[in-house]
Amino acid sequence: MAHFTKATSLYDWFDQRLAINKVEKVLASEYWIPKNINFLWAMGMILVITFALLLVSGIFLLMYYQPNVNLAFDSVNYTIMREVDFGWLWRHVHGVAASVVFLIIYIHMFTGIYYGSYKKGREMIWISGMLLFVAFSAEAFSGYMLPWGQMSYWAGMVITNLFAGGSLHADGLVEWIRGDYVPAQAFLTRFFMLHVLLIPVAIMGLIGLHFGALRIPHVNNQDGEEIDFDVESEKYLAGDKAGSKVIRFANDFMAKDMMVVGFYLVFFFYLVFYHYGFAMDPVNFDPADGLKTPTHIYPEWYFLWSYEILRPFGTNTGLIAFAFAQVIFVFLPFLDRSPNSVPAARRGLFKYWFWALLVDMILLTSMGKLPPEGAFSTIGLYAALSFIGLWILLPIITMFEKKV
Amino acid sequence: MKNSSRRGFMGKAFGAVAGIGAVASLYAMKKSWDPLPSVKAAGFTTLDMSAYKENELVVEKWRGKPIFVLKQSQEMLDTEGKNMSELTGKSTADMDKKRLIKIGDAHYLVCIGLCTHLGCIPGYRPETKDFLCACHGGMYDDTAMVTKAPPPRGLDIPPFTVKGNLLVLGEAGPEYKKMKETGITL
Repeated sequence: MAHFTKATSLYDWFDQRLAINKVEKVLASEYWIPKNINFLWAMGMILVITFALLLVSGIFLLMYYQPNVNLAFDSVNYTIMREVDFGWLWRHVHGVAASVVFLIIYIHMFTGIYYGSYKKGREMIWISGMLLFVAFSAEAFSGYMLPWGQMSYWAGMVITNLFAGGSLHADGLVEWIRGDYVPAQAFLTRFFMLHVLLIPVAIMGLIGLHFGALRIPHVNNQDGEEIDFDVESEKYLAGDKAGSKVIRFANDFMAKDMMVVGFYLVFFFYLVFYHYGFAMDPVNFDPADGLKTPTHIYPEWYFLWSYEILRPFGTNTGLIAFAFAQVIFVFLPFLDRSPNSVPAARRGLFKYWFWALLVDMILLTSMGKLPPEGAFSTIGLYAALSFIGLWILLPIITMFEKKV
Repeated sequence: MKNSSRRGFMGKAFGAVAGIGAVASLYAMKKSWDPLPSVKAAGFTTLDMSAYKENELVVEKWRGKPIFVLKQSQEMLDTEGKNMSELTGKSTADMDKKRLIKIGDAHYLVCIGLCTHLGCIPGYRPETKDFLCACHGGMYDDTAMVTKAPPPRGLDIPPFTVKGNLLVLGEAGPEYKKMKETGITL
């Protein structure tokens, strides 16, 4: 039994039992952040806030949503939207946040790629981040099933069919995933479970891993500078705040971090109140009908680039290209053969590679939304081939990169 | 030393019991996700084939899936040299004999109306007598044989058996078994 004394304050009472002073230091006031960073370093906090918004709005939606093929559509479009006070708010927050979270994830990812934040001990940050991307994708897809509209049903049909593996004809696997020959009650209930329990739990675990992975290598900076965090933090604690290259996470870094979050929230709620339509596909306001395919089936904007890699090829080649696109980002730390961990601008050919990849993904995204005809088909095909080509080129161009 | 080997044994014994339990529970979890018996048993669809009109697509339902029934007109049967497949560069005319179901004197196309690419429902165009899938641009001729990629094959034919003027879906008759053996359908 540890030695306890009569508490001098409420703080002291908790501190003796939970070591809150130490915890606060480890998590905040003595968690060190470099000074030479910019607003792109606030994306992590923005993602945390967006996840919190999704969680809170989801809790309220969960109280009225009915995971039943006959009731689901009306429970969303009538009960939540018309009967529940502020039901529309939770739905629009949930829908808009689900879409915007991917925008921020992509910015966060490309920031990491640009500044080389996946190298030199930061590999696990990158890998856990990509696992989070996969988990968020699964969460977005399973949530998309729940309103049980036409797009829910047909997206469910098309995506689960991918698991047949083309010529492998693993129809048994597809039926197993669905629990039926077509998406029906068993399918809806199990995706409801995945959406509200299993995947959120996985996401929370992965967020823990992602944060944990940051602690030893620390946050990267915008100059690719190798900072000795022990030396710099001692300098800071000794009083030389101006000379030290680091600041406290809280309140120093948080003050500016939350400032960026503030700007983001203004933008976010502007979308929620005035422009929520982009996150609500009109086709999904028709109830699910297994005997009628919508004229064009397309995923939400954030999946369009990988959808466009699937589309221009035959079934098998398409599936292989799609699988390649899904997993290749995870291997970035190992495909980049250069020891340089500096911003792309100072890395020779990699600079062009970075911008080519970004432009190619934007191109794939825009082609994915258009019907697969004529010139769009051709542009889509070349953009898909370029995507694969760029990743094959990456180890070659980085191998010959000069050390800076 | 004696203690640690005892601990080692206990660890291994626990590992063995837990391992068996883990495998058993995985099996239970897998089986819990299987389609329910009521879903599997949900049935057989019987169609009265005398009710259909030539070149008019009727969509029936079998196990939650759309079933295309298209009675062929004489013009649709006389397609030798027409209906060129973009995939093979050959006419798909020989498929008329292989893919169609003959009941009395009439020929019918009966197939699952889900694109073999990713499961969208292709639309029938009576003027051009072909199917077009809007999702990824796949095309099929009037026997639902594929003429333009990405679909890898023609529309699948459901298990069927002919009983006079009636067609029972879900039961594999001799005509269906022959189609399956010759690779006409999966």
